[in-house]
Amino acid sequence: MRARTEQFLPFALLLPSIGFLGLLIVIPMVQALLLAVMAEGGGFSLENFQRMFADVNFSDAWRNTLLLLILIVPLQIVLALCMALLINSRFRGHGFFLYVYAIPLAISDLAAGILWLAVFTERGYLNSTLQNAGVISQPILFLSFDNLGGILTAIVIAESWRATAIVLIILIAGLQLIPRDFFEAADLFGANRLRRTVHVVLPLLRPSLQSALIIRTIFAFQTFAVVFALAGRNMPVLAGEAYTWYATNRNEHVAAAYAVLLLGLTIVATVVYLRVLGLREAEVQR
Amino acid sequence: MNARVLDRSLLYGAAIFLAIWVLVPFYLIAISAFTPQAKIFDYPKPLVPTSLSTDTMQFFVEARGVIPSVLNSLLVAVFTIIFGLTLGTPAGYALARFRFRGREAFQVIVLATKMFPIAILSIPLAVTFLQLGLYDNLVSVALVHTAMALPFIVLVTGGVFVAVSHELEEAAQTLGCSRWGAFLRVALPLALPGLAAAAIFTFVISWNEVFAATILTLRTRTLPAQVLASLATSPLAYKFAGGLFMVLPAIVFIFLIRKYLMNLWGSR
Repeated sequence: MRARTEQFLPFALLLPSIGFLGLLIVIPMVQALLLAVMAEGGGFSLENFQRMFADVNFSDAWRNTLLLLILIVPLQIVLALCMALLINSRFRGHGFFLYVYAIPLAISDLAAGILWLAVFTERGYLNSTLQNAGVISQPILFLSFDNLGGILTAIVIAESWRATAIVLIILIAGLQLIPRDFFEAADLFGANRLRRTVHVVLPLLRPSLQSALIIRTIFAFQTFAVVFALAGRNMPVLAGEAYTWYATNRNEHVAAAYAVLLLGLTIVATVVYLRVLGLREAEVQR
Repeated sequence: MNARVLDRSLLYGAAIFLAIWVLVPFYLIAISAFTPQAKIFDYPKPLVPTSLSTDTMQFFVEARGVIPSVLNSLLVAVFTIIFGLTLGTPAGYALARFRFRGREAFQVIVLATKMFPIAILSIPLAVTFLQLGLYDNLVSVALVHTAMALPFIVLVTGGVFVAVSHELEEAAQTLGCSRWGAFLRVALPLALPGLAAAAIFTFVISWNEVFAATILTLRTRTLPAQVLASLATSPLAYKFAGGLFMVLPAIVFIFLIRKYLMNLWGSR
């Protein structure tokens, strides 16, 4: 009898969390699909998707989201890799630097946007510093609606600044799994730091780099508050349009169509990465 | 020897440069939020402020809806911690203590949930909550935040219980404790610091969450929802003070759990 309870105990312990996640993920996913394919008056129709695609902001939102993704994700990975390799060289005081680099982990995308607004706004600290240094004679309008390059730069910097910390933590954890002997063996064969990094560390770090890449890509599709804080509605992005259709236009059907699109993109991105990078299940679990 | 010195100074130079990159925005938002309102539009601004005052912060705190939204944020975070730890701790314990069929599958589910864009689901959820009469309700926001935090809680608590020796629990059982009693009297007290870290990280997730909180509330705003919803109409002073207000507790809490950071995103 006792052995029997022992056997079922782990499942009983897992049940609450599985049940809860099922309830809060599977049901709304089905609901999102239903809302998206239902006409406002009832009945099945594709009109919500048609409205989404035909919307003036749609192609801009699509382009901006992809542009941000392409600019931000590689930058984050390179920056985080530099930080992680520095920390991993275990110099005196590396613990302090790890803590400093990890601080943005606790910052929301909204707060990060506002922090960088203090830098990029017309009378902000970037213009002030340039002016004080005599580089410019009047403030540059970085965040003006007709300065797409300026807005993009500000958002890329703010979002890279914030989410690099997440990539860093993933990479540091991956580096800790590499036995120290590997580094010592490379030393023995006279590999200098750069060659050791390229030939020994990076291949071993591949699983962590891959999961960082997938996680950051998925979350890049949801970029929203940092854009709103820096550019308002001057820079439409997909998640922002979903929010606007729901909260401002009060049309939950088109908003749901956006939600379905974003969920679809998430799934496609994950599958593509798994295929292209040849990720095996064993690696996903790391 | 000279090469070594050069190597060291390059290392420290790079480390300090990156630290400055991370820290500068915090300094700038802090001096912005403590710049008197009348001076916010001064140009060009000095990097070392000439006058500081709590004027701007006071303006933010006294603005309509701010204090209630802070209280709402705290309540949502507390609900999320209660729901999340109640649901997640047993799962973490099971992962740490048992080898069972489906263990790997459960880990994949946890990992997939960690990456799943749950915030996006708040749109269909808002419709469901409206039908159930739970719309604009702090509990429903907390439920979504719980779903976001749960995978992290399972991973952290799992790591915590792995570190608590199984033998101590078995010893308690041979001495007459029930399984439950052994858990309650031996494993739980030893795991308490780790569980506190999980609670703090849950707080940070909930306190920072913007999208779901904004979609799921209308009048009962949390602090980020309040700030986001008024972005288009609020003056710079309000934004700067609000930014600092959102950032401060998060920094303190991440300091408290710095030892556990690796368990959150890292292993598994």
